[in-house]
Amino acid sequence: MSSVGAASPQTAQAADYSVSSRGTRLLGVFILVSVPVLLLFAFVFTEADDTMEDAVRLLYIHVPVAVLTYVAFSLTAVGSVAYLWKRSRWWDTVAHAAAEVGVVFCGLTLVTGSIWGRPTWNTWWEWGDVRLVTTLVLFLVFVGYLAFRSVPAEPETRAKRAAVIGIIGAINIPIVNRSVEWWENNTLHQQSSLTDGQLEDLTLFTWFLGTVVLGAIFVWLLITRFRLAWLEEEIDRHGLVTALEERRAESHVGVEAAVGGSVVGGFQDNPGGPQ
Amino acid sequence: MLADAWLVAAKDLKVEWRARIIINQVAPFTLLIVVLFGLALDADPETLRNTAPGLFWVAVLLITLLAVQRGAAIETSDGAQERILLSDLDPAAVFLGKALALLVQLLALEVLLGVAIVVLFDVSVGDPLLMVVSALAASVGIAAAGTIYGVLAVGLGVRETLLPILLLPVLAPVLISATRTFGDAFDRVDADGWAWLGMLAMFGVIYMVSGLLAYGVLLEET
Amino acid sequence: MNPANHPAIQLVDAVSLLGRFPALAGLSLTVQPGEVVLIQGPNGAGKTTALRLCAGLLRLESGHGLVLGHNLANDRRSVRRRVGLLGHATGLYEDLTVAENVEFWAKASHADVKTVPSALSHLGLPARLHDLQVRRLSAGQRRRTALATLLVRRPELWLLDEPHAALDQEGRDIVDQLVADAADAGATVLLASHELERVAGISRRVVTIAGGRLVGDTGADTAKPTGQRDQDQARNAR
Repeated sequence: MSSVGAASPQTAQAADYSVSSRGTRLLGVFILVSVPVLLLFAFVFTEADDTMEDAVRLLYIHVPVAVLTYVAFSLTAVGSVAYLWKRSRWWDTVAHAAAEVGVVFCGLTLVTGSIWGRPTWNTWWEWGDVRLVTTLVLFLVFVGYLAFRSVPAEPETRAKRAAVIGIIGAINIPIVNRSVEWWENNTLHQQSSLTDGQLEDLTLFTWFLGTVVLGAIFVWLLITRFRLAWLEEEIDRHGLVTALEERRAESHVGVEAAVGGSVVGGFQDNPGGPQ
Repeated sequence: MLADAWLVAAKDLKVEWRARIIINQVAPFTLLIVVLFGLALDADPETLRNTAPGLFWVAVLLITLLAVQRGAAIETSDGAQERILLSDLDPAAVFLGKALALLVQLLALEVLLGVAIVVLFDVSVGDPLLMVVSALAASVGIAAAGTIYGVLAVGLGVRETLLPILLLPVLAPVLISATRTFGDAFDRVDADGWAWLGMLAMFGVIYMVSGLLAYGVLLEET
Repeated sequence: MNPANHPAIQLVDAVSLLGRFPALAGLSLTVQPGEVVLIQGPNGAGKTTALRLCAGLLRLESGHGLVLGHNLANDRRSVRRRVGLLGHATGLYEDLTVAENVEFWAKASHADVKTVPSALSHLGLPARLHDLQVRRLSAGQRRRTALATLLVRRPELWLLDEPHAALDQEGRDIVDQLVADAADAGATVLLASHELERVAGISRRVVTIAGGRLVGDTGADTAKPTGQRDQDQARNAR
C-alpha cells in the first residue's frame, strides 16, 4: 500500500523534478551526433538497390522502428502483468510510457511502410499484406489503450483496468497476425531480407547503425516519458499532502463549530440519550 | 458458481424481457443496417451477395456495441454493480452470467439479421451447419470480449465513446474469421470455413478465460 | 471469527480518497461488537466515505483499518461479504418487481429465499406492492425495499447512510426497530443521520466528524452495549 507520508518535502527539491539525468543527456548527445551520420550512410555512402532502387534507403529506418514497436508493446504487456502482480506504481508507469512510445513508433512504421510501398508495390496500402494489416490493428488497439489512460479516473482504478487492456491487446497480437496470415495466405513483405546473404557489407553496416540509433532514440524517449509520468504523479501526491492539510484544518474549524453550535449541544445536555 | 452465473444471466434476460430495449430498439436498428447497406451498394444483386458475409458481421459488431452498453447500464443505473461487489457472487460467475445473457441476445439478433440478409440480398446458404456453428462460436468470443470491455469504462462517465475504440479493434480477428466461414457457407469464397472455425473457437476460449480471470479486478471501482 | 478478539471496526489514522480529494484525512474510530453508533457532522464531513470505507468499497490510502477482523488493506472482499450497506443508491433493478429484487439479492448473498416475504412485511411493504416493478415505487418504498434486501442477508455490520431519508413516520419507526433488533441480535450498527433526536433513542454513542477526522465522541463510556463484556475482554487481551 502506498503511503501519503512518502511524499515528503525532500522530494520537492529542484534536482528531483527534472526529466533528464547525466545518462539521458549523454544519450541525447549521442543521438544528436549519430542521426546525421546515419543519414549520411543511408543517403550518400550506400548504393540504391537493384530492385527497390532508392526506396531501400527507407528500410534503414522502417525495419528498426517496426521491431522497436513490438518491443514497446511487449514492454507494455510485461509492465501490465507486473503491475497486477506487484501493484506497484513503477510498473504501471513503465506500461504507460512504453505504450505511448510504442504508438509513436507504430505510427512511424505504418507511415514509412506506406511510403515505401508506393514505389515498390505501386500502392500506398496493401490489404493483402499480413504485417501491414496486423500492425494497423495493433496501432488501433493501443490508441484505444492511450485513450483509456487519458480519461480522468482514480489512479488505482485506471492502472488496474489499463493493465487488463494492455494484456488483452498484447494477447491479440498473435491472433491478429495469424488470422490475417490465413486471410490472404500470402504476403508481399520482404522475407528476412537480412539473412539471404545478398547484402553488401556497407548496407549491412547502415542497417546495424539504423538499429543502434533508433534504439537509442527509443530508450531516450522511454526513459524521459517514464520520468515525466512519474513526476506528474509526484505532483499529484504532493498536492495530496497539501489537500490533506487543508482537509485537516477543516476539522479544527469543525470542532469550534460543533462545540459552539447547537448541533452537538443537544447531545451534551443529554449525553447518554434516553436511558 | 454455475448457479450464480445462471442467476445473473436470468436476471439480465428478465430485465430485457420487461424493458424490451433490445427488441424494440436494437432489432429495428439491425434491419436498418441491412437496408442502408443495400441502398449504399447500388442494389446490385451480385455485389450484395458477395459482400453479404462481411456486411453481416459488421452489422453484428455494431449491434454488439449497443447490447454491451445496455448490459452495463442495467448494473450502473442505480448502483447495482456496487451491490454485486457487496454480495457473495464470485466475479467470475458474474462475468459468466452477463456474457451468457449477452450471447443469448446476440444470437437472437443474428437470427433476425441472417433472415434479413438471406431474403433481401438473395443469398443462398450452401452449408447451413457451418453457418450456424460458426455464428455460435463467433458470438461466444464477441459476448466474452464485450462483457469484459463493457465493465471497463464503468464509473468514468465516458462509456458510450470509449467502448467502440476499445472493443472493435480486438474483435478484428473475429470479423476476419467469421466473414471467411460465412463466405464459405454462402459459397462465395474459396476458403476452408471449417479451418476458420478453429480460429473463432480459439478466440472464444481466450476471451472467456481472460474474462473469468480479469472480471474481479475490473469490477472493483477502487 | 470470534468477536471477543476484534472490535467490529477499528480505524487508525485512516486516509481515503475520492479521486484526489482526501475525504477521510486521518480518521480514528473504534466500534465494539453490538454497539449502535451514530456518525454526525456537517455536509461534506466524510460520513458517507467513512461508511463506504467500512463496507470495503474504498481503498485505504494510508493508515490502518480492521473491519470484522479483516484488514482493509488486503482483504476488503471478506469485509464486503459480511456487511450490509444502505447507501444513497438503492442497488435495485428498475424493471424487476419488489419481490424479484429482494429474491435476487437474497440468492446473490446465498441467503434463504424463504425469508423474503417476512422481510418485506417487516419493512411494511404490503403484498400488493410485491409484484410491482421498482420503477413504479415512491422514493420511500424503494428505500424500504433496499432495506429488505439487507435484512434477508442478516449482516454482522449494518452501515446505514441517512436511513430515515425519504421515509414517512411509519417507515422511520420501522428503521428504528430494525436497528434495535439488529443490535439485540449482536450485530453492530453504524449510521449516519441528521435526525439527531430520533437517533438518540436508538444510539447511545454519537461520534462527530468534520474535515474527515474525528472531532467528538460522546456516550461511549455510559453505553452498555450487548458486547460490553467482550469489549472488556478485548481490552484485557491488549
